[in-house]
Amino acid sequence: MSDAGAAPHKQDFEEVLDRSDKSVAAFEGHEKNLMDRLQHFLHGNPTMVPVIVLAISIIAFGFIAGDRFFSAFNLSLIMQQVSIIGILAAAQSLVILTAGIDLSVGANMVLASVIMGNLGVQLGLPAPVAIGIGFICGALAGALNGFLVTKVRLPPFIVTLGTWNIFFALNLWLSGAQSIRSQDIDAQAPLLKFFGESINIGGAQFTFGSMLMVLIFAVLWYVLNRTAWGRHVYAVGDDKDAAELAGIRTSRTLVQVYALAGLVCGIAAWAAIGRVGSVSPQSFQEANLQSITAVVIGGISLFGGRGSIIGPLVGALIVGVFNSGLRLAGVDVLWQVFAIGWLTIIAVAMDQWIRKVSA
Amino acid sequence: MKKTVLKAGALAFAGATMLALSAPASAQEVSACLITKTDINPFFVKMKEGASAKAEELGVELSTYAGKIDGDHETQVQAIESCIASGAKGILLTASDTKAIVPAVKKARDAGILVIALDTPLEPIDSADATFATDNFKAGELIGQWAAKTLGDEAANAKIALLDLAPSQPSVDVLRNQGFLQGFGIDLKDEKMIGDEDDPRIVGNDVTSGNEEGGRKAMENLLQKDPDINVVYTINEPAAAGAYEALKSFGKEEGVLVVSVDGGCPGVQNVKEGIIGATSQQYPLLMASMGIEAIKKYADSGELPEPSPGLDFFNTGVTLVTDQPVEGVESIDSEEGLERCWG
Repeated sequence: MSDAGAAPHKQDFEEVLDRSDKSVAAFEGHEKNLMDRLQHFLHGNPTMVPVIVLAISIIAFGFIAGDRFFSAFNLSLIMQQVSIIGILAAAQSLVILTAGIDLSVGANMVLASVIMGNLGVQLGLPAPVAIGIGFICGALAGALNGFLVTKVRLPPFIVTLGTWNIFFALNLWLSGAQSIRSQDIDAQAPLLKFFGESINIGGAQFTFGSMLMVLIFAVLWYVLNRTAWGRHVYAVGDDKDAAELAGIRTSRTLVQVYALAGLVCGIAAWAAIGRVGSVSPQSFQEANLQSITAVVIGGISLFGGRGSIIGPLVGALIVGVFNSGLRLAGVDVLWQVFAIGWLTIIAVAMDQWIRKVSA
Repeated sequence: MKKTVLKAGALAFAGATMLALSAPASAQEVSACLITKTDINPFFVKMKEGASAKAEELGVELSTYAGKIDGDHETQVQAIESCIASGAKGILLTASDTKAIVPAVKKARDAGILVIALDTPLEPIDSADATFATDNFKAGELIGQWAAKTLGDEAANAKIALLDLAPSQPSVDVLRNQGFLQGFGIDLKDEKMIGDEDDPRIVGNDVTSGNEEGGRKAMENLLQKDPDINVVYTINEPAAAGAYEALKSFGKEEGVLVVSVDGGCPGVQNVKEGIIGATSQQYPLLMASMGIEAIKKYADSGELPEPSPGLDFFNTGVTLVTDQPVEGVESIDSEEGLERCWG
């Protein structure tokens, strides 16, 4: 507005006329700038964002934190540390792909682990039976969410906010808020700690829990991309009404998705006992939010129907790499939390930007 | 509007009944209230046990209240209101929100009720008539001294990992951590702050949320910083159990001293099995039973409980539990610790 004083009688619109678009209406031009190309590329390959971020952050922290960070052992340790949140993120992804959200994943998992511990250690049932019942409880808890979402028609946020509290209360009641000691598990039902076992390859320590995480993602990738059911899940999440018109039984699919997510939580419960070493009713209180963070950073859209299941695996690893790298660089815990917060917001902003692609 | 009028009416009515009932009631029977954070945590279960047993012994009528979860402030306020209305002589309180509860506590004290904070001091601490709690600084100091004496001359070359509670550094976190460092013989700098020490023997601090998962992760992180850590301080026994799992997976469980605070039964069992070297045991049962005694005394003679000399609260005691006693630090063995453990 520097020339506003020089031309007082000019009309407002004239003043800005030369800034307006002078091109004639046309279809999209063939010449695209670099950003457009990038936007298109990422729209077609949404998982590339987290993969690129992961690669850059590993290299960057390799420089900042040095060999202690960039060793086979530390990188495998990061996998161990994120394995439980990673598995929960797989469960969370299924629900988020249907445009829902599951706040109860962490509580569901802890409840299932307490059930396994109570049955296997305190009641002395055979470990496979205890684990099996834990799986069933996880799946049933998920199915309850699905039932409330589809049949009672409540928003997933509200349903799972409620069941989060319910599962948490049941967990405290069943466990008396008391952990089952690692040594008691060893004596009674060592199978419960199976996923804590590890093998060493060239300095790296791979726990069975880390491998389980990768396996779960691989299986879910196959199911979501290579089976009719998987395509239905995407369809329901993208546009439920259209999916219904296309002949998909959307309610049934939704209940199955929530139940499957619950089952995955049950499997995570078994892995968590191995990871933590004991059955700990007080652990993983923030696991639900951490799983959502991993999913979002992994590039799955919160609006449903878009994103690859592999994304959250990468998302969980990014969070782990950041935590490990920042810590080894001597950064205080609260700044790690700060960094993850921004990472989450930037990830969603990226998702919004990619969605706006002019197709 | 209508609601507030109703509420005021209800309170006035409650007040009137209290006046009407309290005079004859106090002649025969003293009543007291116990309000805890939750009634699920074994620590508070033990507290309730201690209070109930002592109340029965002294002929005090006890009502117990608890929040739904840790942090449930509203239910505790309602409980205090109910206690005022019922004409209780004293209230034993472990506050969920130590600042926000103060006005409700003041209301009770204005009604002539003795309010004793158990385990958790109110803010400010003199908002209650008395505080019966573990001396958490002392608890830390004991395990610090034990670790230093156990290492002997090697203490000068120790590599220490500090596994704390939370980034917000609540008072119990600071007191135990700083107490430990003091006991070990490390310059504290600001004793209200964790992590400002510059002694090269400290490898680092990390937070655990006071549970096994956090303990394991924190220990792994610090071992990555320096694999030669040989002293591990932990905020509580679940964190210690998690730290031990990490040490085991790094193949470092031999020759590392793990120390902790609490004295819960699983923790003392871990002392017995050599997983934790020493732990400072606290006594929730004693806090509650002594609280009931104080209320009875106050009801009979009007005498107020006194704080321990040199402290602004009454120290209900803390004892070192270890099976490797060292000279100059008083301790009990794990057998005795198991007899006195809670949970």
